[in-house]
Amino acid sequence: MAGHAHSEPESDVVLRVKAIEQLLTEKGLVDPAAIDAIVDLYENRIGPRNGARVVARAWTDPDYKARLLADASAAIAEFGYTGAQGEDMVVVENTPEVHNVVVCTLCSCSPWPVLGLPPGWYKSFAFRARVVREPRAVIAEFGYEIADDVEVRVWDSSSEVRYLVLPQRPEGTDGLDEDALAALVTRDGMVGVAPV
Amino acid sequence: MDGIHDMGGMHGFGAIPREDDEPVFHADWEARIFGMSFVVESFVEGANIDAGRHRIERLDPAIYLNTTYYERWTLGTQAAIVGAGVCSLEEIEERMEKLRREGAKEEVNQ
Repeated sequence: MAGHAHSEPESDVVLRVKAIEQLLTEKGLVDPAAIDAIVDLYENRIGPRNGARVVARAWTDPDYKARLLADASAAIAEFGYTGAQGEDMVVVENTPEVHNVVVCTLCSCSPWPVLGLPPGWYKSFAFRARVVREPRAVIAEFGYEIADDVEVRVWDSSSEVRYLVLPQRPEGTDGLDEDALAALVTRDGMVGVAPV
Repeated sequence: MDGIHDMGGMHGFGAIPREDDEPVFHADWEARIFGMSFVVESFVEGANIDAGRHRIERLDPAIYLNTTYYERWTLGTQAAIVGAGVCSLEEIEERMEKLRREGAKEEVNQ
């Protein structure tokens, strides 16, 4: 490949993916430009900034929040965030008494329209195995110590239901508008491994 | 189905690996197989996200544990197209050999 002089020979998986793409393209089943478009969508246009806007709206608009908790997919669709892996989303709300954290123990299910593709740690064997057994310890590894008197609820996503955490609005943000609030919201916060 | 993929509660995986400023894809091939899996769903009957996960769940546990996330997607997508008779495993492996030979030739010429 041009520009890759002196590199290691390409690994098996790199060759396998190239071979599959070439064969499917030759058979007229795959258009490489269509793949480019899908990749662009998930690299550049769908991601946690979408979820952050949803959270900021819920913090500022009680009616919206009520709709979000009642039917998350419909309320999220109000922003135009729809599509793959967002068909049945459920929002779980953090309160002073309850902290929520989301995992997919079986694989990597996550609400793509609001969070984008999940990060490596979410897909890791360690997170999948451990967070259901010792959620406080796992969340502490991310730097967040949850008080003993706060209940921790772990939600196991599947390809049927995908969870999004509605974090608590940080104190001292009364003067902020929706855009400024959205800028505070992180992916970790919406998975539940960090506060916002 | 019980199996290696049903990881909730398992011991022995150690600390959770984290990466600052993680890219969506770590290599071009990851992006290609991700995009291709969508397209494959459109022409392989019964290929959808659930079937895709099931194909990954059926991987040999030793393979499951020793591959990366998108390596498993690659094997799952390959199983879908081979299973549908779109192309054979031999065709894929012959093409890999051809690409390997071409790559080696390029290295020599540089």
